Amino acid sequence: MNKYVKQLYEGIITNNPVLVQLIGMCPTLATSTSIENGLGMGLAATAVLTCSNVMVSLLRKIIPQKIRIASYVVIISGFVTAIEMLMKAFLPDLAASLGLFIPLIVVNCIILARAEAYASKNGPLESAVDGIAMGLGFTFALVILAAVRELLGNGTLYGIPVFGKSFQPATIMIMPTGGFLALGFIIAAFQKIVKKGE
Amino acid sequence: MTLTEIFALSLGAILIENYIFVKFLGICSFLGVSKKMDTAFGMGMAVVFVMTVASAVTYVVNKFVLVPLNIGYMQTVAFILVIASLVQFVEMLLMKMMPALYQALGIFLPLITTNCAILGAALLNITNELNFIGSVIYGFSAGIGFTLAIVLFASVRQRLILSDCPKAFEGFPIALITASLLAMSFMGFQGLKIW
Repeated sequence: MNKYVKQLYEGIITNNPVLVQLIGMCPTLATSTSIENGLGMGLAATAVLTCSNVMVSLLRKIIPQKIRIASYVVIISGFVTAIEMLMKAFLPDLAASLGLFIPLIVVNCIILARAEAYASKNGPLESAVDGIAMGLGFTFALVILAAVRELLGNGTLYGIPVFGKSFQPATIMIMPTGGFLALGFIIAAFQKIVKKGE
Repeated sequence: MTLTEIFALSLGAILIENYIFVKFLGICSFLGVSKKMDTAFGMGMAVVFVMTVASAVTYVVNKFVLVPLNIGYMQTVAFILVIASLVQFVEMLLMKMMPALYQALGIFLPLITTNCAILGAALLNITNELNFIGSVIYGFSAGIGFTLAIVLFASVRQRLILSDCPKAFEGFPIALITASLLAMSFMGFQGLKIW
């Protein structure tokens, strides 16, 4: 049991895919305009990552070495299509606001990286935990970034107004510029904190 | 398509809706391969080529295979397979014809497969209901926009190594802040939209 807790800790903090490994930047920046979008994206990616990790792990002895990347991509895109349909049916508003970025989960580097680096070498159970851990790490980073951007750019947190009426939102934080800026500061802060802990 | 429409489409894809700074597509390779000017340019050219061909091929696949068979939901799967095989082809081509560039691009070439800009362009062509010529021009222009962004960024980043900055910001964070400033300058192009 302890092993799995350690895996979760690594995925979320010490080996966080976005803040430490620095991968999966496109959806991180694009969907972190509000906490709702960030959370939706993070959880959708977590679901795909967990399913694809388990599947890749189960098939790891059958898939030939040479065409493994293509096989992983097909497995991942199958799950992404399923998630896309589910979101369109049950969460149409969220699906509309994430738009293009739901099919683009297919090319999220985190998912392919975990399939290649972890699931293709480990059993299904460990791979499932790894998928959940990395997915939550991704969600964690997205929510932090989205919270900063939503608070400064819109004056709200998860849609709830935080400041009084006199607050002038800095719209630039919701725009692409603000995304790069906020992520730069968050990674800098994270590196400082993690290095201090060592 | 008239010449004006073509011009407006490509100007839109290069400047107003720049893939990196406005649409946030292809950030992984943008941040990964932008440490040196010449590799950045090579990566940009590879993206232009793959994106143009991918736009053309995915248009044909969508129009003559997916739509007639009524399996539009297989779009993502079909497109990513087309792109993956194209990248493999470009890799073999470069290995034979330009080994120096092949060495320089290294592991980033297979990564074009997972470059969301390529799949994004293919999917946007369908969403925007562009015709064949429109799709090819859009793919090509978006690739040029990507190259413009990555070359600009690489030229700044080369100088960044020598500059003095707080320890926590060294490397990646300061690069992101640079990208933020570049994105801000690209916001200026938004005004061109009326036209």
